[in-house]
Amino acid sequence: MSNQIITSVLKLGTEEIAKYPFLTEAGNYLKEKGFTLEQFGNDEDLRPIIEIAFQRIETAANGKIFNSDFNVKNLDVEVFSFLVAVILLKQSAMNTLIKRFSLAEARRAEKFLEKDLSDINNKAKEELAIKIIKDLFSMDIHKSDDYFVIPVVDYLKHATHFYEQEWKLVNRLVDNGNVFLTSHETVRLIRKELDNFISSKIHSANIPSIPESFKKSVEALVSLAKKFSVQTVETGESPPCIKHALDVLSKGENLPHSGRFMLATYLLNKGQTIEEIAPLFKNAPDYNEKITLYQLKHLSGVFGSGTKYACPSCDKLKSENLCFAIPECANIINPLQFGRKKIPNA
Amino acid sequence: MLDKDIKFLEESFKKYYFDHFDLIHTHTNPERREFGYQKFNFGMNRHIPIKSDKELHLLLMTNIPSDVYCSNASYLFPNLPMAEKDWQGADLIFDVDAKDLNLPCRINHVCKKCTTCGNVFLQQNECPDCKSTKYETSSALCQNCIAGAKNEIRKLISILTGDLGIKKENIRVYFSGNEGFHVYVSESNYEKLDSRERAELVDYILFKGALPETFGAKKSDFSKSVFSDIDEKGWLGRTSKQVFGSKSNKPKLSKQLISEGYFSFKKKLEDLQKIIGAQIDPNVTIDVHRIFRLAGTINSKSGLSKILCNDLEKFNPGNDACFIDDDKVTILANCPVEFKLKNKKFGPYKKEQVTVPKYAAVYMICKGYATLA
Ligand code: SF4
Ligand SMILES: [Zn+2]
Ligand SMILES: [Zn+2]
Repeated sequence: MSNQIITSVLKLGTEEIAKYPFLTEAGNYLKEKGFTLEQFGNDEDLRPIIEIAFQRIETAANGKIFNSDFNVKNLDVEVFSFLVAVILLKQSAMNTLIKRFSLAEARRAEKFLEKDLSDINNKAKEELAIKIIKDLFSMDIHKSDDYFVIPVVDYLKHATHFYEQEWKLVNRLVDNGNVFLTSHETVRLIRKELDNFISSKIHSANIPSIPESFKKSVEALVSLAKKFSVQTVETGESPPCIKHALDVLSKGENLPHSGRFMLATYLLNKGQTIEEIAPLFKNAPDYNEKITLYQLKHLSGVFGSGTKYACPSCDKLKSENLCFAIPECANIINPLQFGRKKIPNA
Repeated sequence: MLDKDIKFLEESFKKYYFDHFDLIHTHTNPERREFGYQKFNFGMNRHIPIKSDKELHLLLMTNIPSDVYCSNASYLFPNLPMAEKDWQGADLIFDVDAKDLNLPCRINHVCKKCTTCGNVFLQQNECPDCKSTKYETSSALCQNCIAGAKNEIRKLISILTGDLGIKKENIRVYFSGNEGFHVYVSESNYEKLDSRERAELVDYILFKGALPETFGAKKSDFSKSVFSDIDEKGWLGRTSKQVFGSKSNKPKLSKQLISEGYFSFKKKLEDLQKIIGAQIDPNVTIDVHRIFRLAGTINSKSGLSKILCNDLEKFNPGNDACFIDDDKVTILANCPVEFKLKNKKFGPYKKEQVTVPKYAAVYMICKGYATLA
């Protein structure tokens, strides 16, 4: 659904747009309101907005949430600072900042969504929040007593991204094909998608050319990004669980299915190809080339639903007796993270 | 398997197929399904397109397969290799196999067939004839195991209809042709789920991964725990019913639970998996590209047919899934257990030549307990 349609269908008021500014199309919104980008450089009242937009990005980059309590503030400033921030970010093309910004904005919107969902005094707010969730994330949701009710199928589509056990369906109240959630859980369920939605919004923002007055801020963003860009360096070492699995295979011993699954998903996620991985299993006592290739293709998501399988978590591998943790394993939750050192850029 | 036995089974299967076309139909939307079959002593033929019952019956007559399969998935191009099929969705399927229930009776009816000398024996860990320790197992029909499998099916159906909101009329239960049951859910919005999402459903049905917190346990201060009520929905109610029995027991038993501590409660939940979870085979449900035995066809592990159970309670596989005729056949039987087909008892036979109805001969040859005399 295009965003213009969303805004018109939802009939957003300024307050709503201030809460959910990503529902608008930056360029169009300003035009509709009769503003040009130039005015932000020239107009006395508008000029501070560029500065506020910059702060909004900086706040996000620092992992904080910008003005999530705007009751007393100027709603237009809220909206404009978001839109200008989008323009600046798009222009700077700094991915680290875009990522941080969309996550922070997602969490900011999350707060409003949660509040609106549970606002018993204002039916319209609740309906709007429900409608946003429905339209943006194609999740069929309705309210029943104090619960937000969504179909099991929609729940699974979102919840399988979570590692935490509490999101397993078995730990949910399920009845008659529906899952019952609190407003907090409902909103938490879509955080990732909200984040993706906002960042795709920034990437696809259609911004013709920016006036001189924006250039300085864009440059400032580029140098701000340097501070936050984190280089990850692969030490090239494999985690012990993977080494062990390779060892077992190279000796021609039998590796249980769970071990093969771990090894294959690990290597696929490290970017190895099916053709590179298949020969590793050649030594296995029950090796069958056809079946191995078929299974690898399945894991890599070539078939059907096309989902690439994630590498199992350390917890899972521990429970399967596949973990051989060493001190370097501290603080990681998935073998894929092993040996990844964060070296901040000065 | 010996050539003469294969020839005999093929003739018997062919006659069954010819006489029972009325029981053997393609799945819904056959043009979207992948079919496959096996012949005795041969591997699997997959990716076969079949568009109608007629084509299916023709394949049965010309190839005389030992086993026939059809995908639960539908594809745009079912006959192309897997990567090009273009997956559209798959019925939700479940497999309950008595083998996985490990009931205590199994020791009395799971026969071992020595792969060295072909002797069939029970219980011992080595072949009494040649002392070899290599053997294959095959289980003879057991009422108790079938009753156990039916019980799992009942649990499964109550979860499917109650928790997952699947309409009863969209659930079909089949006898698998050997020792268990297959369940199909059609026309539900679960069809589009991928493997990972199905794995979550499986854990739900198995009651696997349940956290004590879900049922009211407070880890930080376990004595403050307030456990869920027995009339709550889904697992909350089911678990409490199992733990407390009745509402009136709850206060007393809650105190006891609290005195035993968090980890004991956690352990209790894990132990409940086998009791209140429905014991389904996870792999079958998770695999969205599986070809699954086609209803109406014979299972070559037993010579019995995979058949729809209209009334699960009354269903008796020895009667209701045994369709081979009763012409007399003489075999050399080495069958250490007694079994019942069409209300007749057979065995045990100790390496003896016996003349039995064809259905019993087919059963024993399929099980590896006999060869043609
Ligand atoms: S902690 Fe994780 S990475 Fe380390 S050995 Fe265990 S499973 Fe592998
Ligand atoms: Zn022997
Ligand atoms: Zn039994």
